[in-house]
Amino acid sequence: MPSDPMLKVSSVSTHYGPVQALHGISMEVYPGELVAIVGANGAGKTTLLHTLSRVQNASAGQVWFDGMEITRLPPHKIVAAGVCQVPEGRQVFAPLSVDDNLRLGGFTQRKDHHWFEQELERVYDLFPILKEKWQQAAGTLSGGQQQMLAIGRALLGRPRLLLLDEPSMGLAPLLVEEIFRIIQQLNEQGVTILLVEQNARAALGIADRGYVLETGSVVLSAKADELLEDEAVRRAYLGY
Amino acid sequence: MWDQILQFLFTGVTVGATYALVALGFAIIYNASDVVNFAQGEFVMMGAMCAVFLYSGSGLPLPVALLLAVALTIVLGMSFQRFAIARARGASVVSTIIITIGASIFLRGVALLLWGKDILAMPHFSGETPIQLGRATLLPQNLWVMGGTGVMVLAVHYFFHHTTLGKAVIACSCNRTAAHLVGINVGLMMLIAYGLSAFLGAMAGVLVTPITFTSYDAGVMLGLKGFSAAILGGMGNPMGAVAGGLLLGLIESMAAGLISSGYKDAIGFVVLLLVLFLRPSGLFGKASAERV
Repeated sequence: MPSDPMLKVSSVSTHYGPVQALHGISMEVYPGELVAIVGANGAGKTTLLHTLSRVQNASAGQVWFDGMEITRLPPHKIVAAGVCQVPEGRQVFAPLSVDDNLRLGGFTQRKDHHWFEQELERVYDLFPILKEKWQQAAGTLSGGQQQMLAIGRALLGRPRLLLLDEPSMGLAPLLVEEIFRIIQQLNEQGVTILLVEQNARAALGIADRGYVLETGSVVLSAKADELLEDEAVRRAYLGY
Repeated sequence: MWDQILQFLFTGVTVGATYALVALGFAIIYNASDVVNFAQGEFVMMGAMCAVFLYSGSGLPLPVALLLAVALTIVLGMSFQRFAIARARGASVVSTIIITIGASIFLRGVALLLWGKDILAMPHFSGETPIQLGRATLLPQNLWVMGGTGVMVLAVHYFFHHTTLGKAVIACSCNRTAAHLVGINVGLMMLIAYGLSAFLGAMAGVLVTPITFTSYDAGVMLGLKGFSAAILGGMGNPMGAVAGGLLLGLIESMAAGLISSGYKDAIGFVVLLLVLFLRPSGLFGKASAERV
């Protein structure tokens, strides 16, 4: 890779009380890349994303974003720096309207009205169903619509690095395809993406590179198509 | 008979308006953090006591004393959040509630030490000439209480429904992790919630003290009544809390007038118990259901 990494994770460990969930994870994401992290349930994928956004504290190691250490920054400053996350299970603000959810997504960008209103239009164009239901409480949307809302909400935070946690979880196959198409499209428009997925085949299918996580450690990292060809990965995660 | 009822109505709305402000304070903190702040009544007392002492003790003009008292109480509420509640980060909701009970005892003790046990009075804002309405009378201060409450209720409603900051406070209560992830400074939102609740408490205190007087322990009863009102209206529903406050004030005043004034306080708590037995989510609350 010619340029410096946008995200650099070096030897990050995380504990839940006495239980160690991450064991010295190191990885990089370069500008413009789409990187997938695959692994089984409980491998530490969500914990890693929570540590990057610092809703979970790292017990050791450092996280660098654009050459700035963000390991100990409060979560809202990490978002303001341009790292936005679409959390696992959507986690929309259920009683608030679709529009309010999106507006809160732009909470750190609220001073820049011009950009915000433009981006809001773009998100509504990307997900026309949200525009149709803009006044409806977010909790009344279907799972797929909530996923679109969660992605739209993160886009309004003006991400330079978008973290996606299991965007396909609980969605019908057709919707999964749609969501992955949108993720790919966002990446082509220049958003750098770190995608965490149990659906390894779909994730590696659109990714440039991949990391395989097992019980809190990186066990493999390679180009996505190499991982798709890898015998061990195929047996463990792709099922053929 | 009807003149009397009208008189009870005026009294009920005035007292109810005070309960409404206290209940609104409960609802705001509950909404932002699921915590019932039992020091809410002490915010009322602190506002009133500060006002009395700033006015009579230092000879400040009344409006200045009132504003200063309210400002001091806001600072107190925010300091309480910063130094007592925020310090216990990671504590369960129940532990946090116990901290608020501790704070209420502490604040009462401080008031007792600073200002003694006397019952204290404050001048009416604009004279004591009664206004005759039919055969019932109304003091100008009653209008101050009703008007002041009305303005604040509208302002709070506007804040939560039409400003991004207000919605960010609500977002913290819906889903704290998601609030962090969209870049909301959750700590700051909690500070705002406590400051706003202290503001409402202090306003209730300074508005009603010319009529009801105050003392170091005046917050206990007001806090409990405000809590009853918040439960009656449906905990966590700000406008329900306001309706609950007004309703409780009316019920009390009618009961005191038509049955016996000895039962005035008892009625409030009988209402609380009935609501908890028959409709625990309150009159205007949504039945709570956890989605798993």
